[in-house]
Amino acid sequence: MSASEDSKGVANTGPFDFDKLDKDFKFEISREPGGENIMYCFACGTCAGICPVGDKNEDFDPRRLIRLAILGFREEVLSSPAIWLCSTCYSCTVRCPQDVKITALMAAIQTISSRDGYAHDSYRMFIDMAMKHKFILEVSEFENSKRAKLGCPEITADPAETVKLIEHTKALDIIKRKPKSEGAKK
Amino acid sequence: MKAAAFLGCNVSIRRFEYEAAARAVAKKLDIEFVDSNDFGCCGYGAGPIDHDTYLAMAARNICVAEDMGVDLMMVFCSACSGNLTKVNKLLQENEEERKHINELLKSVGREFKGTVKIKHFTRFLAEDIGLERLKKEIVHPLEGVRIASHYGCHYIKPPEIFDHFEDPIHPHSMDDLVAVAGATPVNYPNKRQCCAGAIIAVSEDTSVKIVTEKLENLEKTGVDALAVHCPFCHVMYDEYQKHESVKLEKPIPVLFLPQILGLAMGCDPKKELGIKKKVAKKLLGGSE
Repeated sequence: MSASEDSKGVANTGPFDFDKLDKDFKFEISREPGGENIMYCFACGTCAGICPVGDKNEDFDPRRLIRLAILGFREEVLSSPAIWLCSTCYSCTVRCPQDVKITALMAAIQTISSRDGYAHDSYRMFIDMAMKHKFILEVSEFENSKRAKLGCPEITADPAETVKLIEHTKALDIIKRKPKSEGAKK
Repeated sequence: MKAAAFLGCNVSIRRFEYEAAARAVAKKLDIEFVDSNDFGCCGYGAGPIDHDTYLAMAARNICVAEDMGVDLMMVFCSACSGNLTKVNKLLQENEEERKHINELLKSVGREFKGTVKIKHFTRFLAEDIGLERLKKEIVHPLEGVRIASHYGCHYIKPPEIFDHFEDPIHPHSMDDLVAVAGATPVNYPNKRQCCAGAIIAVSEDTSVKIVTEKLENLEKTGVDALAVHCPFCHVMYDEYQKHESVKLEKPIPVLFLPQILGLAMGCDPKKELGIKKKVAKKLLGGSE
């Protein structure tokens, strides 16, 4: 399949050859937490219509992403920068007539994408920050002196417990992964 | 009434005027916040990397609250609130998942028991304290002040994790609290629009377009202030007013809901609520 980019933020996907599609991809997604209801989708487009991100950025079209995933465009979906554009607002989730739970589904697709080495840098950084500071921001004396002026108690940022916990998960391995496939794009 | 105060990253490090105002309002209402330096990040950003890491980070914080011996964990950031509430519910209801996460938590000497309730401070004010009780504390009603509310997303959605306490398509709790403060709640076009803070590091351009639309809608409607109750929404609507693509005739003050309530309850605007003098004067006096 061509890897050239079309105007919709996903690698050019058509016309396609059914034999080359990964028909197990929809099952893989439905086994991932959040992705359970993907096959309920009948492509009505309510999600795309209400999406505040799609309204401003045509690269993000949840209906199209779900359709491509169900058809089996595994590599195209997982390597697409568009999957990281969901703002997790749940506008689609509360309106979806088929209870696809699209916000959770997008997170499931992102998680699989991360395992394949495509994690967005901002989320790799999130884990780095949590390992360093236990927060995603650094606390210094400056913040504490300003907090004190407003009568807020001092905060300390000993990351030991968070570090130990994260070390017991797969996160540190996953954020080091790079895409395996050739022609993979960031 | 005692509750563990879960602040999270953005409230405690970037937007502690929100925390200060919440503390001041809580004091008026005899709510005791118990603090702990064992709390950390709620785990929000770990989800797209690894589901177990995400659950474990959230669960660890819930365990800290459980270990403090309180029944209630008060949360001020909507993203933290949505996240922690979701994980709390999942681990309370799903025994298999609870056992699995407890295996991970063992490494840090914690165990999820499922004994605390988690609530966003706004929900707690509207639901547990109630409008009648709040009204009794109002000494300086903000008469004639037009305040629009931004509910944000993770405060009410998905509704099933929040016991359906509020209709996500027609929410009213913030407007009710604005009205309690004596101000006039104002509706505006596309009120439910997301702040797009979650994708600021993915596509700043898209986020700015989304923020600009809300700010322009607010300007067209004519408001004296925008009320928010999430530090990230505050960053988006406050800091991004300075962005070159946002062209407002004059700045729109963005205030946290407890700052508005605190003003009406007679708290010190600068020392207790962290509100700029000029803004406080405008809201208290009705005009500049």
